[in-house]
Parts: sequence; C-alpha cells; structure tokens
Amino acid sequence: MSGTYLGMPAFPRAARDAVNDRTLRGNLRHATHTIRAKRARAVAEVSDWAALREAGKRIKDHTLRHLDRYLVRLEESVTAAGGTVHWAADAEEANRIVTRLVKETGESEVVKVKSMATQEIGLNEALEAEGIRAYETDLAELIVQLGKDRPSHILVPAIHRNRAEIRDIFRTEMGAWGRPAPEGLTDTPAELAEAARLHLREKFLRAKVGISGANFMVAETGTLVVVESEGNGRMCLTLPETLISVVGIEKVVPAWRDLEVFLQTLPRSSTAERMNPYTSMWTGTTGEDGPRAFHLVLLDNGRTDTLADRVGRQALRCIRCSACLNVCPVYERAGGHAYGSVYPGPIGAILSPQLRGTASAIDASLPYASSLCGACYEVCPVAIDIPEVLVHLRERVVQGGPAVREGNRVVLRPAKGHAAERAAMRAAGWAFTHPRALRAGQRLASRTRRLHPRTLPGPGRAWTGTRDLPVLPPEPFRDWWERTRGGKDETR
Amino acid sequence: MSSRERILGRVRRALADVPPDGAPYEEAVPRDYLREHGERTPAEAVELLAENLADYRAVVHRTGAADLPHLVARLLAARGSREVLVPPGLPAGWLSAAGPVRVDDRAESTVERLDRVDSVVTGCAVAIAETGTLVLDGSPDQGRRRISLVPDHHICVVRVPEQVVSSVPQALDRLDPARPSTWISGPSATSDIELDRVEGVHGPRTLEVILLG
Ligand code: SF4
Repeated sequence: MSGTYLGMPAFPRAARDAVNDRTLRGNLRHATHTIRAKRARAVAEVSDWAALREAGKRIKDHTLRHLDRYLVRLEESVTAAGGTVHWAADAEEANRIVTRLVKETGESEVVKVKSMATQEIGLNEALEAEGIRAYETDLAELIVQLGKDRPSHILVPAIHRNRAEIRDIFRTEMGAWGRPAPEGLTDTPAELAEAARLHLREKFLRAKVGISGANFMVAETGTLVVVESEGNGRMCLTLPETLISVVGIEKVVPAWRDLEVFLQTLPRSSTAERMNPYTSMWTGTTGEDGPRAFHLVLLDNGRTDTLADRVGRQALRCIRCSACLNVCPVYERAGGHAYGSVYPGPIGAILSPQLRGTASAIDASLPYASSLCGACYEVCPVAIDIPEVLVHLRERVVQGGPAVREGNRVVLRPAKGHAAERAAMRAAGWAFTHPRALRAGQRLASRTRRLHPRTLPGPGRAWTGTRDLPVLPPEPFRDWWERTRGGKDETR
Repeated sequence: MSSRERILGRVRRALADVPPDGAPYEEAVPRDYLREHGERTPAEAVELLAENLADYRAVVHRTGAADLPHLVARLLAARGSREVLVPPGLPAGWLSAAGPVRVDDRAESTVERLDRVDSVVTGCAVAIAETGTLVLDGSPDQGRRRISLVPDHHICVVRVPEQVVSSVPQALDRLDPARPSTWISGPSATSDIELDRVEGVHGPRTLEVILLG
C-alpha cells in the first residue's frame, strides 16, 4: 500500500480524538443507524438470503483456490475482446503503468469513478507528481477532494461531513477546480447535488481518459462490472476515448452466472436497495460505443501475501459492501479516519494489516479495533468471519510467527511487551463504558454463537485447513469489560 | 521475471497448503438459491415491475401499440422538449406523432451535441420485475450507452409481457455478455449528503417507462 496515510497516529489515539469530535460522532451515528435499518429490511425481502450468502462465499473460495487459473483465463478473455491486460505486483508498479498509459494519450487530466483500489495505491498523488490532474467524480469523493480530506466510509466517503460543511466547501473550493458553485447556494441536498452536476458535467464532456475500478471481473467472458448510483460511473466508462481500470486480483469470478448471486447480495447489503440505480457491464471494447482503448491493470499489492495466510485469506472474499461498517459499535464511535487506511471499519481492521503487514503502530493496533461482538460476521454477504481473523492477527502481533511479505516467507517478531495490546485495551475503554445499544447488539451476537460450528462442515473443512474456529466467549466482551472494569478486576 | 509471472508464482506458492481440489466449478458452488422469488403469471410480473419502478421514482405509463405514438408525443410536449435523440433502430412509428426535432445518433455526434438534446427515446433488452430494473444492451432500438445517459429525460419503452422477467438470474440468462449493458433502476440518485436521497446527479433526472402491450 502506498504511503498515503503514513504518519497516521495508531488506532487508539486517532480513535480517542474522533470520539471527542461531537459533529463527527453525530453524523456517523445518524448515517450508520439509517443504513443499518434499511439494510435489514432489504435483506428480509429475499427469502433465500442464507443460500445466496453461502453461494457467494463458495464462489469466492473456489475462485481464490484456483486464482492463478482464473486470472489467466480472464487475461485471455479480455484480450480476445480487444482489451489490454497489465500486471502490477505493487502500488508503485500500478501507478507507473497508469501514468505511462495516460501520458501515451497526450492528456494531462483524467476523470475518475470511485475506486478503492486506486485510493489504496495513492494513484491521484502519483499522477499529480507527473503533472496529471485526476478529477474525482462521485459526489462524496468530490466533497472529499475539494475539502482536501480523506474518505471515511467505503460507500459514503463523506459520511463525516454534514450539509452545511459541504456547502461551505463547494462555495470556497469549486472555483479553483473548474466551474464555481452557483451564486446563493444553500445547504439543501438537492441544490448541492445540482451544483455538483454542473461542476462535473463540464469535466465529463471534455475528458479523454477515464479511470475506474471494478466490482467484479468475469474470467469466462472478460466482462467487468461497475455498480454505482449517480451516473458518474457511466460517464467515466462510456464518454472517454481511453478507459483504464485498476482492479485487485481478488475481484475475479469464474463465470457470467456468478453475477446472479452478487447482483442480488451487493445492492441490498450496501445501499440497502433492491438494486442500485446503475450497473455497467462491458467486455473489452465495442466499436463506436464507448472507449476505443481499454486497459485492465491487475493489482496484487499484498493480496497474494494475504492469500498465503490460512485464516486471513477469507478477507479476500470481501465485495466491499460496507455492511460491516454500519453495524460496528467501534466504527460508529471512532469514525473511519481512525483506521488510518482506505479500508475502514471491521474489514479494514483485518485487510489493512494483511495487505501492509503489521510493522507500523497503526497496523499493529488495527486487529484490536474491535470488541469481537460478531455483528460484522452476521451481516457479511460472503460470510467472512471477521472476529476469527482478528483473533488470529492479534496472535500474530503479540506472538509473531511465519508470514509472507511481498511474496517472501518471513518470520515476524512479537511486538515488544505486548505494547500494542496494552495500548489498544486502554483505548478500548472509551467505547465500552457507556452505551446501552452496544450491549443489546453484543448479547444477541453472543447468543447466536452456539449456532456457529467450530469447524466448517463439508468442503469448507478442507479450506480452513485443520484449524478450529476460535471458541467464542460465552460472555460478550462488553459485559466482561463492565464486570471487570476492563480486566483490572478480573475476579469479579 | 515479468510481474505477470511473479504474481502467478506468488499465487501458486500461497496455495501450497491447500489440499488438491478436484471438484470442478460446476460442483464447487451450491446453487440452491431461488431462480425467482415466488411464482407469478406474466401479468403479475408486469404488475410487480410497475410497482417497483414507481417505488424507485420512475414514472410509469401503459399503452397499446395504437396509442403509443400519441403517448410519446404527449410526454415530450409536457416536458417542453425541442429535440429528441433517436437510436438508429427505433421503430419508425414510435415517434410518428411527436413534435420535437429528431436528432439521429451518429458515430461522429459529439458529446457536446448530445448534451444539448432534451430527451431520448429507447427500447430495452429486458426488464426485471423483482428489482424494478431496465437493462439496455446497445441493440439498434437502444443505441450507444451514452445516448441514454447524457440527456436529462429518458423515455424507455418495455414490450410487455415478453420483455419482462421476474428475477436477476433470469435476466442474466437472456443477456449476451459480449454486448455492453446498462442496468437502470430508477433515475440516477445519490445519498451522499447526510443520506438524503436526491434524484438525479449525472444521469437523466427524469425516467419515464412506457409498458407497451
Ligand atoms: S467484509 Fe463482508 S460485510 Fe464487510 S465490506 Fe466486505 S463483504 Fe461487506
């Protein structure tokens, strides 16, 4: 991962600052609770949710298990359809490839549709350094970019900004980037959206190069899929002459029909809709319709290292729906920025330390950014057992042990004197002293725990290897915390 | 070593602990989820489509073949459109009563030109009742992806019941992966500002659907 967030304070300190920021907490609380309730309704509408979740998990596991084969297949299909495939082992290489491709077009600006992979590699900064300006076109990303800010939520990156703040950012910053905000702009969401429409349309119409990520890549057909709401994705994918998509290697699925699972589970899990407003699918290039040149940059950047970890590899099933963020009591209080990474919340707590290693203080503390309440696992549409991976990564931080970094086997040394653990536990105090809501959620999760098998049945058994799933505590973490005052009084 | 070889090599080494798995793709994934949620007659599927389209704030109209040109003409007039964008294979009759100037989409039409057009009329490839989704696949009556994107007013004609399926799996069965497709569920929207849903950011802010049958 790039150094975009280097110098971030470790999770406990960053979280404490965030908890003290009342505006941020208010915004986050409103947002996460709204999406959470809507999601539950959207999921309840489909009677076969459990079967879809299981199928999604199996499709991803099967793909990861044969990832080399499916990547080669994907490359063949995309190439046959008129696209060009590039392979990038790390962030630096991906940035180099994209910069070169943009320069070859002779352009000095690009339009971008929100993509976590390009944030992960710090593409905008890399392009900027080469004199290429990248315009973010999602409303939220635009707010973040104009506000010289960082995203705080996978799906709603500006979740930490309220409407008055957004109006102020538009008024003061839009002019420097292009068409200024209309005179007398108020803070009603409709007016703010209109201001963004006008500001960005000018950019879409003249853009010659578009940059995207993708939600799925179909190996069998070479089709890429982008799921979105606003239409800026469609603009970036269809108007420019050149399209460059930077996509993590774990986004491949074997076949066209696999989309029938994810196009049902993703919208309901993420925006809590039956279907998101727009989904675009394209296969290579198509004559006069859309870009004449299509480049796919396949990104590793720590993913194969993650794949090498028997327990941690399940994090690669993630479809970035953000449902786990919205149910997480720690995320709700700490906010996305405390995670010091483009991947916030529970998924960030298991993904970032695996993609980047646990050498830095922030990455070593991330596995502690959780109460292990299990709510994230319950909502995950691909059944990633986030608590299991967290426990595993904590062991890794505290005890050290073998791991793979940049393709090489290494032996990690234990964190000195469990410093990370102690710091994290101290910081956890803030989250678990008061709120009642937390308790209800955790007790529920804890009660359902006895339904969770310790080893996976059937083919899942082989996949998880011989390792037992961790035994879940009969008492929720929060109750334990209250009873023992954070372990100070363990005998109570 | 190229990065391609490096990455593929890393993948293979990373999976060294995994026992060999002979199960072919077809057997690896249980497909015991539903092909559709509940059984519906074709007429019921059309009803559900109309309901879900409206729920996502598309404006739904129904008409028969004889009245279609008049309905299209009325919708364009009500909107005050001066120009209407036309995909190359739109059935000639659909716009026969319409007042606005027809603008044919050509390969050389610039986006600035498209941006000045008020409305666009297209057909669709398939419509999904359970989710209220229209899928366009670039067939001649739908045209290039950009024409249903840049104008602010999109009128989409769905032939019912034959173009309506119940579910997402059934829709994928009908589509050709080689064709670029756009799945549209209501007008473009954002919830990025305090999660208030605002219709219309970059795509057409008004989506009107005509159920023709
Ligand atoms: S871990 Fe699961 S719930 Fe969280 S973003 Fe990924 S897929 Fe969604």
